[in-house]
Amino acid sequence: MSSADPPTSTFAAYRAGFNATWTSVFAYVLFGTYIGIGALGHDFGFSLAWTVVCTLLVWAGPAQVILVSALGAGASFIEIAVAVGLSAVRLLPMVVAMLPMIKRPDARAWKLVLPAHFTAVSLWVEAMRLLPKVPRENRIAFCNGLGSGYSVVATAATITGFYLAAKLPPLMSAALLFLTPLAFLMSTLRNATMLVDRLALALGLILGPLFAYWQVGLDLMWSGVAAGTAAYMVHRVREALQ
Amino acid sequence: MSVLSSELTTWLALVLVGFLPNEMWRWLGVVFARGLDEGTEILVWVRAVATAILAGVIAKLTIFAPGVLASVPMPVRLAAVMIGFLAFVLIRRSVLAGVIVGEMALVLGALVFSP
Repeated sequence: MSSADPPTSTFAAYRAGFNATWTSVFAYVLFGTYIGIGALGHDFGFSLAWTVVCTLLVWAGPAQVILVSALGAGASFIEIAVAVGLSAVRLLPMVVAMLPMIKRPDARAWKLVLPAHFTAVSLWVEAMRLLPKVPRENRIAFCNGLGSGYSVVATAATITGFYLAAKLPPLMSAALLFLTPLAFLMSTLRNATMLVDRLALALGLILGPLFAYWQVGLDLMWSGVAAGTAAYMVHRVREALQ
Repeated sequence: MSVLSSELTTWLALVLVGFLPNEMWRWLGVVFARGLDEGTEILVWVRAVATAILAGVIAKLTIFAPGVLASVPMPVRLAAVMIGFLAFVLIRRSVLAGVIVGEMALVLGALVFSP
């Protein structure tokens, strides 16, 4: 698609999003990551159906790893809910940043629930990169197509991992778990073209583990707010000086 | 695994302590995004916070690694991320190159330095 493309039908836009899945590096990263998650579900004694539905309903890697391992280990429901909820705070600013790019002034809120559900690092990063080339009328359908494509990939991988579980050597499982931080970092770097985003990334890399080390409650949220706000203030000062 | 004793309990847990505490942030995002237009100044700040939280997730997954990844020594994990970053910068800012080289560095490092 080029920026000159006129709006197309909703179905054509959905299909364009679905097709964009296969040229996205995230399709392969998701496949590897969800092989690991499928194997984890098997190892903790969940059924295949449960593990697959978990992928489709939760749709966030870190939250699924926490849910499966904590539930399998017999942690209390309250404990698990808090841990899952904390791991998912990042989804809030992602949805808030993405929805204004895809909605039209007359858009009903319910039409945004599905794109919001598909929002995870994979969709967020690729949507930020691809959406500017998609006509505004088609962006909701495009996001739904992309999210559906990723879901197909993740579901296939969850099933594959579930059956492979016993055969995976430990180093292979470790390498699969390592895909998440690597892919998150590279794709965020690629998308960070403005100084404010690069600063936020650099400061977040430093403050995140520091806040965790200092055992600040809700460490990810506060380190994100602190690093993001500091980066934004530098951006404002720089703009005022120009 | 007493929690898993009942099939119904696991399905209930999936919705109550897996789906809901995760999905509520997305629903809140839909609410907060109402009335915000693309290009609004505050979105620059929101994106910076989202990026910084993501950076925190990346750093924490690398330093306080989950599961079997913890069996790979931390210096190897940190070095692998940095080697992946270098590959990304040197090879036309390619995400795929960064990921593949970083993975290779992790596996090689683990084979050489693991006890």
